[in-house]
Amino acid sequence: MNNFRQKIKEYFPSLLFLIFSIFFWEWYVKSGYVSDYLIPAPSAIGLSFLEHISILPDHIFTTMLEALVGLFFAVVIGVLIAVLIAGIPFIRRVLYPIIVVSQNIPILALAPLLAVWFGFGLAPKVIIVVLIGFFPIVVNTTDGLMNADKDMVSLVRGLGANRWQVFRLVLFPSAVPAFFSGLRIASAYAVIGAVIAEWMGASSGLGLFLIRSQRSFQTDQIFMAIVVIAMLSISLFLSIQVLSNVAMPWRKTLVDLGEK
Amino acid sequence: MDDIAVEVEGVDYTYSQSQKVHALRNVSFKVNTSEFVSFIGPSGCGKSTLLHLISGLLNPSKGVIHVNGKKSSSGLGRVAFMPQRDTLFPWRTVEKNAVLGAEILGIPRQEALQKASSLFDLFGLSGFEKAWPSELSGGMRQRLALLRTFIIPRDTILLDEPFGSLDALTRHEMQQWLQQIWDQDRRTIILVTHDVDEAILLSDTIYVLSERPGSIVQRVEINLERPRKKKVINSTEFTKIKSEIFQILSSGI
Ligand SMILES: Nc1ncnc2c1ncn2[C@@H]1O[C@H](COP(=O)(O)OP(=O)(O)OP(=O)(O)O)[C@@H](O)[C@H]1O
Ligand SMILES: [Mg+2]
Repeated sequence: MNNFRQKIKEYFPSLLFLIFSIFFWEWYVKSGYVSDYLIPAPSAIGLSFLEHISILPDHIFTTMLEALVGLFFAVVIGVLIAVLIAGIPFIRRVLYPIIVVSQNIPILALAPLLAVWFGFGLAPKVIIVVLIGFFPIVVNTTDGLMNADKDMVSLVRGLGANRWQVFRLVLFPSAVPAFFSGLRIASAYAVIGAVIAEWMGASSGLGLFLIRSQRSFQTDQIFMAIVVIAMLSISLFLSIQVLSNVAMPWRKTLVDLGEK
Repeated sequence: MDDIAVEVEGVDYTYSQSQKVHALRNVSFKVNTSEFVSFIGPSGCGKSTLLHLISGLLNPSKGVIHVNGKKSSSGLGRVAFMPQRDTLFPWRTVEKNAVLGAEILGIPRQEALQKASSLFDLFGLSGFEKAWPSELSGGMRQRLALLRTFIIPRDTILLDEPFGSLDALTRHEMQQWLQQIWDQDRRTIILVTHDVDEAILLSDTIYVLSERPGSIVQRVEINLERPRKKKVINSTEFTKIKSEIFQILSSGI
């Protein structure tokens, strides 16, 4: 609880500035300096939210489903490949350079292609999120596995540990922090990845909602959708932060000690 | 005293990663079962390398090592080895760190934890069972590493400067404790240390190593009566041995 109060204190200036900016924005638009066709006032965005409150949950559900299912597969496939790369030198030599280089492929540019291949259902969106999330997870987890403390590996090997035990007792726990760095990056792009994939054609989702709003020049709706997307992205990011604290209780202690 | 626990015959070791480092040269010795043996020598002379060889983590470039009559390269896990760095696992609590070895050897966790809990008091760690290693002092970390080693049911124990980061007082306490434990269970101990007093106080036999590449320059038998109390350090016999060892060390062979 103490911690919570401390956090509020820490972020109070930012919060104040944010509130001030929103009021300034409201005043600026209301004074007619800028047409509300281009930039709607915060109050208009709020009203638009209330207006659509009955249809939004469906769109949110679709987009979040795509993002979460995509992240799930990105984690499963990413960790599996990281283990293969770290564990088998031959696979490392073949795959690792390719994976590092292929990080440069603009994955969102694949969205039209995926729409052609897989149609307008969930699949192409999930695949986009998987592709976006997969690389940071593989690269970070592989690093974590391969940079495990050599002395710890020696210690358990000296006790007669087999390969699996070395993985389970040393390599996996060592890779957890790096894995979470990868997952954080993946999660930051998961929601927006799903939204953009929806632009290629969808029957539901926040991306579809955005495109429709744009076609009818409803700027307030566009802004409202952007705020909703941002909120979802932030919640996902924070959930993963919480997850990582739960998974690494020893680290939390470290940080707390450092803050005192 | 006819049982040989560890036999090292004509062992050479050269590291050959980025550059070649000749760490040990023609090292031969025998350690009897239940013997307490110490190695002492200048920094970088290959003491840690020697323990790694005996534990089977490294294989000799030349020569052979037998542990319990079998070649050590044919299997790891024959000895309990405490490395020079404490290498505690940051993601395990103190008690989980203590039972790491037991876990690898397939000893039921409950049984291992029970055994560990009986030792926490002795090692000055009671009350810290659920703490993380990051919350321990340097000395406590070392004691935990020591506990983790002793809990492993092996006949031979290798200790690489186990008391290196302890204050003088705790150090004396731990030395007395080690002597007492050894007296009780009579496991073979091979100790590496920088501390001549410590070596004389604890050992049956001391090997003095030369500068790198390390080779044995002197074997010193210590026949002081056991158990050796702290005050034995001031006895004439002790002082005589000590000056003899210092002479060998400072002649810098
Ligand atoms: N993994 C390694 N690769 C290459 N050289 C090494 C390696 N480990 C140790 N050496 C070298 O081998 C020599 C002996 O090292 P070792 O660690 O056995 O010394 P030591 O006697 O234990 O020293 P200290 O008393 O300082 O612990 C040193 O010169 C060191 O630089
Ligand atoms: Mg050493």
